[in-house]
Amino acid sequence: MLRITCPYCGPRDELEFRCGGEAHIVRPGPPETVSDEDWGAYLFQRQNPVGAHHERWVHEGGCRQWFHLVRDTRTHEVIAVYKMDEPKPEVPE
Amino acid sequence: MSGRRLDQGGQVDRSQPLSFTFEGRAYTGFVGDTLASALLANGVSVVGRSFKLHRPRGLFAAGSDEPNALVQLETGARTEPNLKATEIELYEGLSARAVNCWPSARFDLGAVNGLADRFFPAGFYYKTFMWPDWHLYEWAIRRAAGLGKAPKDADPDRYDMRFAHCDVLVVGGGPAGLAAARAAASGGARVMLVEQDAALGGRLNWDAAAIDGTDGLAWTDKVLEELDAAEEAQVLTRTTAIGYFDHNLIGLVERVSDHVEQADSDKPRQRFWQVRAGQVILATGVEERPIVFPGNDRPGVMMASAVRRYLNQYGVAAGQSAVIFANNDEAYLTADTLHAAGVEVAAIVDTRVSVSPDVLAAMSTRAVPIYSEVQITATRGRKALSSVLVSGAQVDEWIDCDLLAVSGGFNPRLQLFRQSGGKPDYDEAKAMFVPDLSVQAETSVGGAAGELGLGEALTVAHEAGVAAVAESGYRAADLVAPVADSRAPQLTPFWRVDEGKGKAFVDFQNDVTVEDIALSARENFVSVEHLKRYTTLGMAPDQGKTSGVTGLAILGELTGRSVAETGATADRFPFVPTALGTLAGQARGELFRPIKRMAAHEVHEELGAVFEEYGGWARPAYYPEPGESGWDAEQREALCVRQAAGLFDGSPLGKIEVVGPDAGTFLDRIYANRLSNLKPGRLRYGLMLNELGVVIDDGVAACLGENHFMVGTTGAGADTIAAWLEEWHQTEWPELDIVIAPMTQQWGVLTLSGPRARDILDAVGVEADISAEAFPHMRFIETNVAGVPARIFRVSFTGELSYEVNVPARRMPDMWRAFMTAGQPFGLSSVGLDAWMVLRTEKGYLHVGADTDGATVPDDIGWARVMKKQSDFIGRRSLTQPENLRTDRYQLVGLETVGSNAMLPVGAHLFMGGADGGSEGYVTSSGFSPTLQHGVALAMVKGGRARMGQVFEVRMDKALHRARIVDPCFYDPSGDRLND
Ligand SMILES: [Zn+2]
Repeated sequence: MLRITCPYCGPRDELEFRCGGEAHIVRPGPPETVSDEDWGAYLFQRQNPVGAHHERWVHEGGCRQWFHLVRDTRTHEVIAVYKMDEPKPEVPE
Repeated sequence: MSGRRLDQGGQVDRSQPLSFTFEGRAYTGFVGDTLASALLANGVSVVGRSFKLHRPRGLFAAGSDEPNALVQLETGARTEPNLKATEIELYEGLSARAVNCWPSARFDLGAVNGLADRFFPAGFYYKTFMWPDWHLYEWAIRRAAGLGKAPKDADPDRYDMRFAHCDVLVVGGGPAGLAAARAAASGGARVMLVEQDAALGGRLNWDAAAIDGTDGLAWTDKVLEELDAAEEAQVLTRTTAIGYFDHNLIGLVERVSDHVEQADSDKPRQRFWQVRAGQVILATGVEERPIVFPGNDRPGVMMASAVRRYLNQYGVAAGQSAVIFANNDEAYLTADTLHAAGVEVAAIVDTRVSVSPDVLAAMSTRAVPIYSEVQITATRGRKALSSVLVSGAQVDEWIDCDLLAVSGGFNPRLQLFRQSGGKPDYDEAKAMFVPDLSVQAETSVGGAAGELGLGEALTVAHEAGVAAVAESGYRAADLVAPVADSRAPQLTPFWRVDEGKGKAFVDFQNDVTVEDIALSARENFVSVEHLKRYTTLGMAPDQGKTSGVTGLAILGELTGRSVAETGATADRFPFVPTALGTLAGQARGELFRPIKRMAAHEVHEELGAVFEEYGGWARPAYYPEPGESGWDAEQREALCVRQAAGLFDGSPLGKIEVVGPDAGTFLDRIYANRLSNLKPGRLRYGLMLNELGVVIDDGVAACLGENHFMVGTTGAGADTIAAWLEEWHQTEWPELDIVIAPMTQQWGVLTLSGPRARDILDAVGVEADISAEAFPHMRFIETNVAGVPARIFRVSFTGELSYEVNVPARRMPDMWRAFMTAGQPFGLSSVGLDAWMVLRTEKGYLHVGADTDGATVPDDIGWARVMKKQSDFIGRRSLTQPENLRTDRYQLVGLETVGSNAMLPVGAHLFMGGADGGSEGYVTSSGFSPTLQHGVALAMVKGGRARMGQVFEVRMDKALHRARIVDPCFYDPSGDRLND
C-alpha cells in the first residue's frame, strides 16, 4: 500500500488514488498520417522498466486531479511527484 | 508424556478455575492458561493427528510456532478451524476438538494411512493423480485430507477496522521491544508498542533474568508504567503484526474479545489495524529450532524453550522424567529449570565435543548425567515417549524418559523483515539468518537481529529507539540504556541425526521427512522454492516456523551446499493465519457494497415495486398487482406503454454538463459523431468509443445553451464516463477551456412514455407549449412542471411519444405522486426496468454492455457513418485497423423465431448445420412482445447484415428452435409513434 503525495492535497493513502498507467505517451495524429504499426504501438507498447517508471495517477477519492509520479518498480519508492504541466524531472535510471 | 500442574509457580491464578472440554471430555484449567497449557496440565498427551499420515502428535511448542496442536474451536456459526491450542487463552466453558482425525485424536481411523505410508512419498499426489486430470481426484483427496471445517452459517461476530499513524511502531513486547519503546516514547513522539501475547515481557515470563539489578518482570512493569505515563505512547497487547507492506504500512490483528467467554456486545471480536509508521522497530525475537532425528514426532518430544515456558509461565511440568537433546548452552539452563521444579533430569545429550566450564559452573545442580558428542538415534513409546536411544562412539544406551526437550539453535523471526523487502544474510558463526539489507524505514533489534545476549540486546534496542524518534524530529530524554548480563548461549550447528531407524520429520504439520527432502534432491528439485512446492515443506498453517530453515539446511547438506548457498524461501503475509472476517471488517452483508437508492425509492416501495440491483442502484424491476407474477406485471406494464402511457424512473441515467468556450470542440473529440453544430434546445444521439474504437457508452447529448452541453450516459456509465471525460481533459487537452460537472444525482428523471404522454403532462401542469409543433422529438425545453423547475427532454427509448422530465432530485417523491394522480384517468401505470427492456428490444434499440462487448466497433452496430466525420475523435484511428474492417465481424441484427413464438434465451448460440458446424453468433437481448405476441431478440452474428433472411438453429435447453435474421426494429419501423 503506497503512500502518495498528491501535489494538491499532500500525503495520502494509495486507497484514494487510481493509477492511469505509463505517462508521457504522445498521442499520434492526425489519424490519416499514422501507420497501423505506429497506432498499434501507441495503444499497446509500454516500457515496463526495472527501475524508474513515469506514471499518471489521479486523486480520485480527493481533489480528482491527475498528476505524474515516478516510481521505482523494484522498491515502490516514489521518486518524484509533479503536476501535469510541469516538466519531466531528471531521475536516475 | 504425563504432564501435571505444579503446586506452585507460574503466572496462572489457582484461585480461579475454569472448566472446558476437549474432544468432548471435561477438564479444568486456570485463569492465565492457554488451551495448550491446560491440556498439558491435565495430562493430555495426544492433541492432534498429522495431515498426511494421521500420526498421533503431542504439543511441540508453546507459541505461534506450534505445528501439532491444531484445534477446531467451538461449534455452530462461531466455530473456527485450525487454531493453535498454544494461542488460545482459556475461558470458562471453552470447547474444542482436534482437527484432521475421526472419531478422535486418540483413536483415529485415518491412521491407516500411516500403515501405507510407503505409498505417500513427496510428490505422490502430483505423480499419481495426473491422468486424465487432477481435478477428477481433487474432491476426494481434499475430503480425506482436510484439516478443520469451515462454519456453515454466517459469522455472528462483529469485526472492526482501524487506521492509525505513528512516528515509531515497535513490534514485540519482549525486553528489546520494551527498551526501544521506552527510549522512543521518552521524547514525546507517537509510539505504538504491539505484543502478540496477553502479557508484556516476552521471554522474561519464563526465563528469569535481572535487568537494572531487579527482576525482569518487575522491570517490565516499570517500563509499562512509563509508557502509560507518556501521553503519545500506546501499548496494544494480544495484537499480532501479520503483514509488512509498502511504505511502512503494517497490518495488525488485535484480539479484542477472543479471550472472554461472552464478548461484550459493544466490542468487536477482533480489530484489524492498518498502521502507517514513520519508523518500525522489529523486536520479534527468536524461534527455537529443533534437531531432526528418527522418531522425533512421538508425543513427549518438545522444544526446550517450550518446556521451560510451560513450567515457569503456566506452572505445568511437561513430564516426570526428562532428557535434554541440544547443540547449545541453553540445554543446561533447561536442565536447571526442570531440576528446580522437581522434575527428574535423566540426561543431557549434547552433540558438541565439550561445553564451557562457565556454563557448568552456573548450574545449580550437579546431579545430571551429561553425555557429550552423542546423538539420539531412536525413540520408543506407544502414543507417548517412553525411552530414547543415545548413541555415540562410547555409548549406545536406552534411557527411560517421558519428555525429551530439544534445542537445535535459534532462528531470528525474520518474517516481517522479509515481507518489508529486506534481504537476510546467513551468519556462519551464529548459524542463523540475520537481517542484512533494509529496504524500508525499519530496524531489527534483540533476538530478531540475532542478538542472543540480553545485555547487548537491551543496549542496541535502546539506541534504536533514540535513533528512530530522531528521524521524526523528536529528541529522546537522557535515559541510560537498561543493563543486564550480556552472555549469549554458544552453539555448534547440528541439523539432523544421520543414523538410526524411523521416520525423521522436518515439517510435522505436513509430514515432510528427511527422506522426502532427499527424494526431492534426487529428482533435481534442488532450489528451495521447488523443494517447498514439491514436498509441501513449510506450507502448512505454521508456515514453516519450526521447519523452514532446518529443511533448507538439510537440503544443503544433501546437495553439498552451505546454508547460505541454499538460501531461504520467501516469507509472505500473513505472519499467522488470519480470519477472513477480520480482514473484511464491517464490509460484509449490506455494507459490503452499499446499493444506492433513488430519491423516489419510498414511493416505489409504496407502489409495491420489486427491486433489483442494476449498476449499483436499487431499481424497480416491476410493480406487481395482487395475484400477478413478475412476468404478468412486466407484460402488462409494457402493453400499457404501447396503449396508454407508463411512468419510468430514469434517475440513474448519467447527466454530465460540459460548459465553456471549447465545449463543442471537446465533445467533437469525445463523441464519434459531430456535436459542435448542435443548436441550443436540440438533442442528438451520440456514441462514445475508447481509443481501441470499441463502443463504451451511448446516450443523448443536449445543447442547453450557448457553449453549454449536457452529456447523457447510460446509468452504468454515469460515474465512469464523468471520470473518463476528466481524464481526457486534464491529461490530453488541458488547453481546452471547459468545466465538466457531473450532475447525475442532482436531477431526478420522470420518464413519461406512451400515446397519452402529452395529455398526462398537460394534466400535471406544464408552463411551456408542448404541442407536437412547438416541442417536437429530439428537442429540449426548460420550464416549470406542477410549479417545479424542470428540464424536459423529448427523447424516447420505447419508440412511443416520450418526455424525460428532469426535476431537482428532492422533488421526486412529490412529483411521482403528482404524475400518477394526473395520469390515472388516462390509464397511466408505473413501469419497471423489465418492461422497459422489452419495449426497447421491440424497437431494436441498442443497450451498450448487453448487445455490445469489449470488441464492438461502430460498424458492428450499423454506425459506419462515423467514418465520414472530418475531425479526429477518440478511437477514430482504430476503426481503420485491418481487424476492424473485416466483413465477417459480429454485427447486430434482429432475430425472429420460425415456426413458434418462443422467447430465445440470452447467450444462446446460433448454428447453421447442426452443433458441429460451430457458432455463427449469439443472442444478446431477448423478450416476449405483448403487442406482437411473439419473442423478439437481438443477436450478434458473423457478417450478420449481409445474411438477412437466413435461418439458424438455436438450442434452448433440450429443445431446438429455428430463428431467422431480420431487421432489429420489430415495431413501428417508420417511427410515426415516436414523432407523434
Ligand atoms: Zn489531491
